Amino acid sequence: MRRVLEGSFAVSHAVELARVGVISAYPITPQTHIVELLAEFVASGRMNAKYLRVESEFSAMAAVIGSASCGVRSFTATSSHGLALMHELLHWTSGARLPIVMAEVNRALGPGWNIWADQTDSLSQRDTGWIQLYCENVQEVFDTMLVAYKLAETVSLPVMVAMDAFFLSHTCEPMDLLSQSDVDGFLPPWRPVEILDTTDPKSFHSLSPPDYYMEFRHKIQRAMEEALAAYVEIDAEYGRRFGRSYGICEVVPAEEGARSSMALVTTGSVTGTARAALAELAREGKKVDLVKLKLFRPFPQEEIRKVLAPYSRVAVLDRNLSFGSGGIFAQEIRAALGGLEHRPVVYSFVAGLGGRDITPETIASVVDRAVREACPADILWVDLRE
Amino acid sequence: MACPGCGAAIAMRLLLKGLGEKAIFAIPACCWTIIAGPFPYTALKVPVLHTAFETGGAVASGIRAALDMKGDTETRVVTWAGDGGTFDIGLQALSGAAERNEDILYVCYDNEAYMNTGVQSSSATPYGAWTTTTPVPTAKRSRKKDIIGILAAHGIPYAATASIAYPEDLICKVRKAVSIRGTRFLHIYATCPTGWKAPSETSVRLARLAVRTRIFPLYEVEDGERFTITLEPDLCGIDEYCKAQGRFHHLGPEDMKRIQEDVDRNWRRLNVLAGKC
Repeated sequence: MRRVLEGSFAVSHAVELARVGVISAYPITPQTHIVELLAEFVASGRMNAKYLRVESEFSAMAAVIGSASCGVRSFTATSSHGLALMHELLHWTSGARLPIVMAEVNRALGPGWNIWADQTDSLSQRDTGWIQLYCENVQEVFDTMLVAYKLAETVSLPVMVAMDAFFLSHTCEPMDLLSQSDVDGFLPPWRPVEILDTTDPKSFHSLSPPDYYMEFRHKIQRAMEEALAAYVEIDAEYGRRFGRSYGICEVVPAEEGARSSMALVTTGSVTGTARAALAELAREGKKVDLVKLKLFRPFPQEEIRKVLAPYSRVAVLDRNLSFGSGGIFAQEIRAALGGLEHRPVVYSFVAGLGGRDITPETIASVVDRAVREACPADILWVDLRE
Repeated sequence: MACPGCGAAIAMRLLLKGLGEKAIFAIPACCWTIIAGPFPYTALKVPVLHTAFETGGAVASGIRAALDMKGDTETRVVTWAGDGGTFDIGLQALSGAAERNEDILYVCYDNEAYMNTGVQSSSATPYGAWTTTTPVPTAKRSRKKDIIGILAAHGIPYAATASIAYPEDLICKVRKAVSIRGTRFLHIYATCPTGWKAPSETSVRLARLAVRTRIFPLYEVEDGERFTITLEPDLCGIDEYCKAQGRFHHLGPEDMKRIQEDVDRNWRRLNVLAGKC
């Protein structure tokens, strides 16, 4: 069914269609619309779920840790400071192997207060054991939510679906909403292996001495590695059923059937701008391929090497920053390419922090600089006022 | 896995006697994280979800929601937390659960300091007590937090104190709590001979003295307003109680006087609330 929905509401609809049983909610701009619509779904009886109106993001994650530990499909959503507050429990969730799905609206962290788009919030949670999937548009947000539940429950790891503040959360776009029977066919009820059960009482997450702890961590890493193949398979199945799949990354060549010498790597909603900007540049004869990266954790090292190694220059556009290091996607891509004998020069462009616009002109300037500078600095700041 | 004379071990045994096996426990970080036994063992016949320090109220809320979704309204959801996890770091989540009147039984076993980490002061530590973070001569200069008062102010259906020295009273209160729906809170006084610097064999005697001297009165509060004293204390004077514990050995007459005044004031206040004067 074709609908015009903002990204936040696309998440809410996906949560309803996924037959989520427990939702925990705490407000933070720009995530709030997601849980507001879910509150209406539950209040009207349209959705059969428990809605926990908790007193903090920390308790939002704690509550779904409790509900998922009983084997009930669970959801929460947050953004920025809320995600940072959850940090301890993000580790707990993955360590507990709970397939919780969380919508995370990428927003800048203060101070100063800033409610606009910036990916540093989710990227600074990269070591917490959560699978991370980034989205370009409203349709992709909806589709990714459903893929996320199947993926989470397949590998017993939590999944974070990341979407840019306002550009996605508050922007209405036409999209295709699936029917309940379509979603039921794709996403069967979760069949948990171990749950809290009085007829088979077990203790979960007891003191784990050095004799055991390392093996637990090894298993989480193994699950992350398995998540790569699982994601590809589930994404492909979604594509077969509904005609849309996204892959680990998408390559958009400047010229059909050819490979340019330079690639621009983007994530999230800026990809849409980059598509238009690079198409315009191609018409002017400046050929740059677009590589949209969707999966960040587990980091797809092999895929990155395969896709990016043939280029001589790779410009990475990061709407995020690791202080003292640089753009986070650029770091990871540099690390992935590091072992290769012939590897491209990686340009780390930091742009659009705290919601500053990344326009087609911004993209054109990034491409120009990558063409001009043979030995780039560690960080190339974009549109920075001196 | 408990220290000799551990009041928290006795408290759990009594709680489970009153509760039965149809219960799921959430245990935030506390002494019982250790007492319950390390992986792959467990000392309990009920399912346990060990969880992060400040999550007791919220995790239990999530478990309750999930059980309700599964149509299981029979299984009781119990949070079992220490005083640090209740009075301090877990107070926010507990307050949230109480405000929503979640159908959970929250039990705080109170040994009056962070004992698992080596006797650091919490807001349940009484005035004048030595701990490793309130060393003599700067022993704790503030009073113990009135946790029952805080919970009662939420208007929850049931809040009560109990003591390991009065098993019948404790079990009665557990059974009463189980018969009620909504947020129920039990505050169990659980001696810690290790942290209180007292011989392990005095554990139950100290708990009894605390009740008899009105330091830890036994009472309950229904719907945040109906206060009932469940055991009349029969002793006046805190000397014997304090002298039996190394954590109070440094106290001079002025300190003892202040503690006694606090005890007397609290007792008068409680009697007023219970409609006794």
